[in-house]
Amino acid sequence: MPGFLTRRAVQSLIVLALMSFVVYGLIGLMPGDPIDLMINANPKLTSADAERLRAIYGLDRPLIERYAAWATDALQGDFGYSRSYNRPVLEILGPRLANTAGLMVSAFVLALALGIPLGIAAAAKAGGGADIVINLFSFVTISMPTFWFALILILVFAVTLGWLPAGGSPPAEAGFFETLRYLVLPVVTLGVVECGAYARFMRAAMIEALRQDWIRTARAKGASPVRVLVRHALRNAMIPIATIAALEFGTLFSGALITETMFARPGMGKLIFDAIMSNDYNLALIGLLFATLLTLIGNLIADLAYTVLDPRISYTDLERDR
Amino acid sequence: MRRLAAAILFLLALAAPAAAKDELVIGITQFPATFHPMIDAMLAKSYILSAALRPFTYYDKDWKLRCMLCTELPTIENGKAKLETLADGKKGLAVTYTIQPGATWGDGTPVTTDDVLFAWDVGKNPKTGVPEADPYLHVTKIDVIDKKTFTLHVDKVHFEYNAYFVFDPLPAHLDRKNFEADPANYRRRTAYDTDTTNPGLYYGPYRIAQVVPGSHVVLEPNPTWYGTKPYFKRVTIRVIENTAALEANLLSGNIDYIAGELGLSLDQGLTFEQRHADRFAVQYKAGLVYEHIDLNLDNPILKDKRVRQALLYGLDRETISKQLFAGKQPVAQSFVSPLDWIATSNLPKYPYDPGRAASLLDAAGWSEMKNGVRVDAAGEPLRLELMTTAGNRTRETVELVLQSQWKKIGVDIRIRNEPARVFSGQTLRQRGFSAMAMYAWISSPENVPRSILSSNSIPSAANNQTGQNFTGFKNAEADSLLDKIEVQLDRQKRFALWQRLQEIYMDELPVLPLYFRADPFIIPKWLTGIEPTGHSGSTTLAIENWRAQ
Repeated sequence: MPGFLTRRAVQSLIVLALMSFVVYGLIGLMPGDPIDLMINANPKLTSADAERLRAIYGLDRPLIERYAAWATDALQGDFGYSRSYNRPVLEILGPRLANTAGLMVSAFVLALALGIPLGIAAAAKAGGGADIVINLFSFVTISMPTFWFALILILVFAVTLGWLPAGGSPPAEAGFFETLRYLVLPVVTLGVVECGAYARFMRAAMIEALRQDWIRTARAKGASPVRVLVRHALRNAMIPIATIAALEFGTLFSGALITETMFARPGMGKLIFDAIMSNDYNLALIGLLFATLLTLIGNLIADLAYTVLDPRISYTDLERDR
Repeated sequence: MRRLAAAILFLLALAAPAAAKDELVIGITQFPATFHPMIDAMLAKSYILSAALRPFTYYDKDWKLRCMLCTELPTIENGKAKLETLADGKKGLAVTYTIQPGATWGDGTPVTTDDVLFAWDVGKNPKTGVPEADPYLHVTKIDVIDKKTFTLHVDKVHFEYNAYFVFDPLPAHLDRKNFEADPANYRRRTAYDTDTTNPGLYYGPYRIAQVVPGSHVVLEPNPTWYGTKPYFKRVTIRVIENTAALEANLLSGNIDYIAGELGLSLDQGLTFEQRHADRFAVQYKAGLVYEHIDLNLDNPILKDKRVRQALLYGLDRETISKQLFAGKQPVAQSFVSPLDWIATSNLPKYPYDPGRAASLLDAAGWSEMKNGVRVDAAGEPLRLELMTTAGNRTRETVELVLQSQWKKIGVDIRIRNEPARVFSGQTLRQRGFSAMAMYAWISSPENVPRSILSSNSIPSAANNQTGQNFTGFKNAEADSLLDKIEVQLDRQKRFALWQRLQEIYMDELPVLPLYFRADPFIIPKWLTGIEPTGHSGSTTLAIENWRAQ
């Protein structure tokens, strides 16, 4: 196991280094730079102003040189300043990450809490009435545009009924329950939109598991239908769900651009998007690298979860075989 | 889609009432990158800081220059501005200002000439990242007369001498140490960004009391404010970038008012007004955002002035303004806003006249028609490419109307749009559009259009591709007028120069003027005192006059 973990850590570092170079290069290849944006907003800027500003922000140097300088600083723990926020990158990322984590983890849990039972229920009576209704619900949620669903929720629960805030962040003096009120609509938006996919995955995995010989054996031994579903089929069906959920875990922290925009929640999705659009290299890079790192961690967790879900899988054996 | 819109409209109509009246929540669509008054230039920052700081001079709602932080506007006539001869024999100016006696930073420290000197130090230092260095660099000396009075000596004569060179004070008692420790890093160390809620940074009617980056800014009354006491005890400026969500927040009572400076587009405002005129007063103010089409004068077809004029005669701009914008966006008769005092009606006019357009094209050699498109003697079609920012719904609609109107006079328009980033960051900057580019210029009252009309401003390697004369317009008389206007202090004489410059512009037509954009201010009926200006001065400069009724 330690060897497996070490190998994965080294692989992750290589992926992160490559990603940093690729992302930096791609942002650099985009037309225009922050000074162009300034010139467009202020026709009084002179060419001397533009040259001076480019030098101040280091934009007059070749891309590779800028990347080398950034990488050297980053290795020493200095991730630089955000040009768009005029603050250290980590100072900006921290609160956004907390916001995103609150939103996305809640939505993730809601999606799983809705999707997995629905998938099991559909598979238990595949082809029956419940299956048809659940499938229909799943397809509706998968096909539904997030911005549209968000807008409808805002219109019903904030505009018409006035029960919940339409968006934004709670005021600094807000208590726990007031803060929760601000989370409800975005969490429901994301949770419902995501749950259909989980229900479909779960249904397919359960149907596959329920076809296996050992399920027939369990039934022949007199196990109750609930016991067959929960104890025998579900555990095996959870392996593909764990893979999908683990992959999803990484994307959780890169935020949800549309939901964050619709509900005016300052989160990672909007932050990374804006950073890329405004050529805020430091912020975009660290944001994207952080999302990559969490995806890698998510995959590692999935690999480890397999050993729990299926005792036949063992990384110690893998190492011994090598 | 229409049914969905109708359902949404119905739900929106059932909106909740507004929030408590001693608090005001304003919705805007942008969050400022910095709160430092001199670093970076963003509309959102200007909007917020205009409630917390006050400039020496400003343009009022009637576009008249007035004093705000100063006690009296210095002019040649009142003797507070004087021409002086510099050591090299050239002419310069000495301009004297007195700071309002009651002006005091929020921590009780008086605003003094020391703060002006500090602002000058910051502005003229090339390392600080102040975008527009020109005004600071032209000040050669500041004479401190007393704690509240100072004289600026500038090495250049400029008609806007009482507004262009003066810079607003910075809190020396709080921020000088951050600057002097490391000027190159001052933009990162300034108290405006590291200690934004420090009351000592503000001397306006409000101070910034809370900042949640990307979300909202809270303003509270500044107890040391010397002017009219502001009505609202708390003003929250909430940032919601998506305009549909912004509208929903307004109707749910989450916000009270959508600022025109950074709010809905005109078509959204018009639709909103139709549905909610009972609760909201929608004010439109056309201003200084000038929508136009740049013509690439290196294009062989567009080199001929007759073709450029025919293109404008072939456009029914009045109908476009009426049909698409309910007449709220006036047709541009030159690059000067009709609200500016230098606007003149005595210019070449281009009413919709397809007959005149056809004659001009005939005379220019495009007299034959083939499949509805004019061709020249060599059989080449009169085909031009029109570009704009992809995804801008208004511009894309206008583009289609232009295409159909020009088709009637035999001009074949091919549309090729690009994302805003590529269009402005690359295509315009490198003059990469083959014929026509539609976009907007933003200016200020009596703005000298040197960067867009001077032959020195044609993007080239010499000016590091930073000029904005994207048409490639070269006219010796226009160049000379630009120089003369800047130094002409006599208003009447200057008006004559402006008139001539506009005549050349409208005769040569390097650009096809379209209209001046209007911003909708969505104001609840209980909120009074908001007076849109149409120029770059934010309405928050008069926030102390806003009231709830």
